Amino acid sequence: MDKNNFWSKLGGWFGNTIRKIGRWFKSLFVSIDDKEPKLRVLIKKDSFTAVLASLTSILIGVLFGFILLLVLNPAHALGGLGAMLATGLSNPVSFANVLYSSTPLIMTGLAVGFAFRTGLFDIGAPGQYLMGAFFALYGAIILNLPWWACLILAMIGGAIMGAIPGIFKALLNVNEVITCIMFNWIGLFVVNLSISNIPPMLQSYYGSVQADRTVQLVTVNESALIPKWGLDTLFGSNYMNIGFILAVLIAILIYVLLNKTTFGYELKACGFNKNSAKYAGINEKRSIILSMIIAGGLAGIGGGLYYLSGVSQYQIAKVLQTVGFNGIPVALLAASNPVGIIFSALFVSYITVGGNAMQPEFAKEVIDIIISVIIYLSAFSLLFRNIIRKKIAEKLEKKELKSKILPSDNAGDSGHGILPSDQSKEG
Amino acid sequence: MDNNYVIEMLNITKEFPGIIANDNITLQLKKGEIHALLGENGAGKSTLMSVLFGLYQAEKGIIKKDGQVVEIKNPNDANALGIGMVHQHFKLVEIFSVLDNIILGKEPCKAGFINRKEAREKVISLSEKYGLNIDPDALIENVSVGMQQRVEILKMLYRDNEILIFDEPTAVLTPQEINELMEIMRGFAKEGKSILFITHKLNEIMAVSDRCTVLRKGKCIGTVETKNTNVRELSRMMVGREVQLQVKKGEAHPTETVLSIENLTVPSKIHKNNAVKKVNLNVRKGEIVCVAGIEGNGQTEFVLALTGLEKPNEGKIVFKDIDITKATIRERSKNGMSHIPEDRHKYGLILDYSLQENLVLQRYWQPEFQHNGFIKKAEVTKYAEKLIKQYDIRSGQGPTTTARSMSGGNQQKAIVAREIDKDPDLLVAVQPTRGLDVGAIEYIHKQLVAERDSGKAVLLISLELEEVMSVSDRMYVMYEGEIVGEFMTKDITVEELGLYMAGAKRQEAANG
Repeated sequence: MDKNNFWSKLGGWFGNTIRKIGRWFKSLFVSIDDKEPKLRVLIKKDSFTAVLASLTSILIGVLFGFILLLVLNPAHALGGLGAMLATGLSNPVSFANVLYSSTPLIMTGLAVGFAFRTGLFDIGAPGQYLMGAFFALYGAIILNLPWWACLILAMIGGAIMGAIPGIFKALLNVNEVITCIMFNWIGLFVVNLSISNIPPMLQSYYGSVQADRTVQLVTVNESALIPKWGLDTLFGSNYMNIGFILAVLIAILIYVLLNKTTFGYELKACGFNKNSAKYAGINEKRSIILSMIIAGGLAGIGGGLYYLSGVSQYQIAKVLQTVGFNGIPVALLAASNPVGIIFSALFVSYITVGGNAMQPEFAKEVIDIIISVIIYLSAFSLLFRNIIRKKIAEKLEKKELKSKILPSDNAGDSGHGILPSDQSKEG
Repeated sequence: MDNNYVIEMLNITKEFPGIIANDNITLQLKKGEIHALLGENGAGKSTLMSVLFGLYQAEKGIIKKDGQVVEIKNPNDANALGIGMVHQHFKLVEIFSVLDNIILGKEPCKAGFINRKEAREKVISLSEKYGLNIDPDALIENVSVGMQQRVEILKMLYRDNEILIFDEPTAVLTPQEINELMEIMRGFAKEGKSILFITHKLNEIMAVSDRCTVLRKGKCIGTVETKNTNVRELSRMMVGREVQLQVKKGEAHPTETVLSIENLTVPSKIHKNNAVKKVNLNVRKGEIVCVAGIEGNGQTEFVLALTGLEKPNEGKIVFKDIDITKATIRERSKNGMSHIPEDRHKYGLILDYSLQENLVLQRYWQPEFQHNGFIKKAEVTKYAEKLIKQYDIRSGQGPTTTARSMSGGNQQKAIVAREIDKDPDLLVAVQPTRGLDVGAIEYIHKQLVAERDSGKAVLLISLELEEVMSVSDRMYVMYEGEIVGEFMTKDITVEELGLYMAGAKRQEAANG
């Protein structure tokens, strides 16, 4: 008896589950219980259009890059494209490389994107990034601090660099773009000057001949290295540490801050309409300064994460590093959505790593051009988004008009009873 | 085939997600007539005109000009057909001069350089011909709404448009300006220009139009000859029920003073003089006090200083026995001051936020809507749904509709709902019924009176004589930044009020 009962129960459960799954699949395509088909709900969503638009523009960028390859070196064009597109995923070491170089990009992308949402153009990410790197290295080499304290220092360094244009903008209405550009250079030379004048930071102090770069962290303060948690052995690459995970967590944190909190509400209000924000009692000057401080802090952490990995040494040079500026396309590509920025940073770093694998058939400069073309065309995603949205709307309208005229074939389904209304929002 | 029609819109249907804005509407415009288009907020008037002007494409229906089917794909096509439009929300470049705005898109050029001299002559001669007083060199951001509208009209004239669409042109004007505008419109009609005139104001239709087409909820209710109809019939056609056109209210019972203002002086942004000069004024609980005056006489600056958006030069503002002259906007709001701003796009709304986010704009920081800095989204939606229902705010997708995509009247309703529901001790309402239809005006006036009757103070700043006379209990008249008279509303006639507003008369004692 018990056994029979068990089997019949199991059979019932099994049948039910099959039915449920079937129903779920059906609900993707046709409307059940007066709810719209789930697929239609999905493609109506803004986020769906955004992803689709980004993918389209990336595809067009890649095609364009391929044409360039064909023009420049037809014999190796296909191989070059293959290298560019496949290298990042071809082996764990390359993939570790992608993650490693995407980490600072995520942070500078977040810096630019965050400021964008408040209506500010933070072109000062390179300077903030550098200052963050310097603060982190100073903490690691001179103050002998552990890695997390160095990261906090990095954040403070970047925040200071961000605060200056913010204060100028809020109190004196000086355009932040001008201040940011000036302070990029001021930051660069202040950092260079400081490092050259603090001998213990330089490698030459420890017996090396090279006086233009900082000492390797491993030799002076191992606790300042970002923990690896075994990721290095997993990927077989010493580029790998928890930096990427930290960057992803920070991106999610920023997403929550912008979209779920009153603070984010205020910042976005200022970005959309300064007058209305003021009218609503929001202190728009405070918002501007805070937004720039946070943006600067994010870029600063990026600098910290990159140099505290211990793989790279800071090199005294007279040019600004591109990782700061690349934050701009990374943010644009993701339409300033913090979670999207993770993916756009991964994308940019992926094709950069892939691009480097195109050597020696293609010159470094050619590769840079192709990478730039792809990134540039990817920035067209906003344009595609509008086109795609229009197309989807047109299609749906036509369908809906039709379904209004023709009686729908699933009228029988409504007999199942109506589910609680809050379920209609899922999808 | 009647060739009298210069424009025919036949069986126009236009849908938006979630709403059919125009449902099989037919509109025929005769040459040289003033044709009014009447309907509630969101009835589809603006959409229909946008279809004619090429901003939207209709799904169904055809447009004929002089009997020929035409396709209007964009405003340039419309312009080429001689169709011009003054939008409800002006399409002007704020940081350009008046002249540059007028010629924008049709700049007279010589070898690639703009020939401003020629343009200036044409603009000035047009403005003199039609009595449209403008300053060609003033920046748009510095001129009054009335002048902005004249700039829009000049834009059409500059392009030699023959069919002129006015989308709620009188919503922003003073009574005098309305009369002037009507004269101008009659002048246009006499010259053979045809006018389509969107409005909610029944009196204006009766005064100026030849025929009137009524829309309700996207459907065409009918077209009537103005001389064969009356205000009551029109309002019934528009709303679908009988409307209380007169504000019903009892005697006011004012108690203690809530707001007292002493010697308030506010600088002007346009000129070097003060915009508000030593204004003394008080508002008590349980009364509706109105500041009447022609636009541009300092009311705007007065309100900005009162609500904290602008700093006064001197003077004192005492609100509920606290000196708030230097208080922040948030402090004033917390203290119980609500503000329905004059410019709903500049101040009242964040157009890129959703309706529900806009409805909590003044309250998002209250414990009801946030916990430890996290917004309680469910509460916000619930609250928004309540207000939407209570105030009949219509939108395509309910609480999540972007404010930008809502019709002007519904945007205004959202602001009014937000500010009244804050339960303020003092409601500063600047033209709260601007751009609303009779049904909504009736509702808002009722709300103002209800606020008063529940012991709140209402300070109403209005340019409309009718509103001033019917809603207020007491009034101040402002002229060139000064209070030139204070009256109990029941003691003054419209004519006398007009004299004070125009500066022809003043009470010396009033501003002692």
